[in-house]
Amino acid sequence: MVASGVQTGFSQENFAAFLLERSEPNWLTDLRRDFWEEFQRRSMPTRAQEEWMRTDIRLLHLGQQEWPTTSVAQTELPSAALSTGVELAGQTVTLNGRTQSHALVARWREQGVIFGPLESIVQEHPELVRKYLLNRAVDPRYDKFSALHAACWGCGTILFVPRHVCIDAPFHTMSILSDGGVDLGHTLIVLEDGAEASVLVETASCQPHDKGFHCGATEIIQGAGSRLRFVGLQDWGSGVWHLAHQKAVLSKDASLQWTIGALGARLAKVNQHVELVGPGAECQVNGVMFTEGKQHLSYHTLQHHMAPSCRSDFLYKAALQDTSRTVWRGMIKVDQGAQKTDGYQRNDNLLLSAKARADAIPGLEIEADDVRCTHGSTTGRVDEEPIFYACCRGFTRKEAIRMIVTGFFQQVFDRITIDSVRDALGRSIARRVREYE
Amino acid sequence: MTDTLTIRNLHVSVGDTPILKGVDLELKRGETHALMGPNGCGKSTLGMALMGHPNYEVTAGEIVLNGTNVLEMRPDERARAGLFMAFQRPVAIPGVKLADFLRHATTNVRRPDRKEGEDLIPMREFRQELKSKMQQLKIDPEFARRYVNDGFSGGEMKRAEILQLAMLEPKFAILDETDSGLDADAVLLASQSIAEIGRKQIGLLIITHHDKLLEHNRPDYTHVMLGGRIVETGGIELAQELHARGYDRIRQTYPEAAADNSAMAKGEALPLGA
Repeated sequence: MVASGVQTGFSQENFAAFLLERSEPNWLTDLRRDFWEEFQRRSMPTRAQEEWMRTDIRLLHLGQQEWPTTSVAQTELPSAALSTGVELAGQTVTLNGRTQSHALVARWREQGVIFGPLESIVQEHPELVRKYLLNRAVDPRYDKFSALHAACWGCGTILFVPRHVCIDAPFHTMSILSDGGVDLGHTLIVLEDGAEASVLVETASCQPHDKGFHCGATEIIQGAGSRLRFVGLQDWGSGVWHLAHQKAVLSKDASLQWTIGALGARLAKVNQHVELVGPGAECQVNGVMFTEGKQHLSYHTLQHHMAPSCRSDFLYKAALQDTSRTVWRGMIKVDQGAQKTDGYQRNDNLLLSAKARADAIPGLEIEADDVRCTHGSTTGRVDEEPIFYACCRGFTRKEAIRMIVTGFFQQVFDRITIDSVRDALGRSIARRVREYE
Repeated sequence: MTDTLTIRNLHVSVGDTPILKGVDLELKRGETHALMGPNGCGKSTLGMALMGHPNYEVTAGEIVLNGTNVLEMRPDERARAGLFMAFQRPVAIPGVKLADFLRHATTNVRRPDRKEGEDLIPMREFRQELKSKMQQLKIDPEFARRYVNDGFSGGEMKRAEILQLAMLEPKFAILDETDSGLDADAVLLASQSIAEIGRKQIGLLIITHHDKLLEHNRPDYTHVMLGGRIVETGGIELAQELHARGYDRIRQTYPEAAADNSAMAKGEALPLGA
């Protein structure tokens, strides 16, 4: 709503006002200006481009998004799904791109851990942030949305764990949108050599059918031998546009377990990119997607082996209800020097309605000659036979289907080593499964 | 009053093909019935129709359990009313542990009015019962943690079916070739287990080609099915005769049914054959 004559949308005037409002270091302002130019220069993606061929964003109008976000009326916030009953090392909460609260357990601060809102930590530790932000991982010039994010990110969370500090409790970050809200949050995680941490990131809307716009980025930079468990649960309302660039860079012997839960949003287009730059690094990705209504979720993964003897193992499973649609496009890229690569990617889809559609497009691009790379995908419907079998044991049809769908995801749940995450995903999916037509 | 399951003039088709052509059968709880017959005669179809498989269409006749029309019940309602079938080919449910599956099934069958989402039998109580039943049936407790029929050997599947029978304690159970695909020792064990579970508590309808199962579960009645009809009913001596001498006499006595049967057996190559 435009009551005061202020125009909404990503316009030149709004960008200028946005910069003015923030008293940021000059280098950051300069970067923002550069990326804003990039954003202006780039046209909206079209379906002529391979990445957008199956994903239609013609109804997304950047000029109509409520940006910059004005202050938000006090509203009842959704409760967190991932952190219930979990003792946390720290937490940040944002609403419509503004930090609401943040905390870090003193014990970790004393050991040099930095955790909190990116927009304030960039003031406290400008050189540290400058070293990593949009510099090592995500490429701001990748497309129009990465440039928009790089120019206009307003809030975010940074976790920096110094050498050999091992944090046993997880960090939790929650991003919330109210109806029509805009979020350009940034997540930056830096683990120095030998550090260990777990990070749970989740998004939610205040109401199930809220609209909104998210254009975010996640950057993970891991030093030698570091270990990270990272969980991203996307559970926006069914009217939210979700555009995200996510990239992890792993040094020698670093290990990353990355779990993705994709449940919400009207349309999601996510680029997930893992770069194995040091020998012996390994990454496991566990993707769980459940779509319903008219949702469209599009995931583009790239596991890029740049160094020898690395392992990457991506498993995405999706169940689709109603007229929803998923696109999964996976690529294993192995550079010439990356011998002894062990790469795996798989995408299994379970169609719960005749009108749902899942596209799986696996790909390999291998330039080394001593590698083991395998990929595969399946798409199918729930068989009637197991449903009948379970009904003969007293299950209602709905209970049988819910059980079969949960069983379908079990393989990926079994890989997730954080109980609260497994439980939250299992519960969310079971709740969503309706009658099977 | 003794629980009674009555099948009258049952006609069942699969697609456009009639399989059962007027089956009459009455089972009382506590009785053991053997159902024998050559391949393709419709034995398994009777089991599928009793449980309400959607592909098996009842075109005429009735199935009544204690005065209630079973044909109007959904498969899960039939299970909750006390009907059970041990499948000839049990179905895998990947990702679902046998223990979790059985806990849900047992709760639903024991509390027929349970609404979706209501509590299951408490975990501890259920585990104890499952453990003791598994011990009784000489089943490795590790079995409960495996996914339902997923990667099970033929013998393991049949044992899992018997375990489910033991847990669900139905009024009537159809055992569809629960002894097939088992070696001699396994057949003996299965026979003993069924005898122990079934003794006087369950009305058993045993579909079998062998005599081992019937040695331990002595039938009160033996029915011979041919061409989709029950052509002869007798006592245990009939089962013994068929086992010793095969179906030649039956075929000769009932030439019309025998002709039907050969036609049906040819059709068995179809995926939904009898």
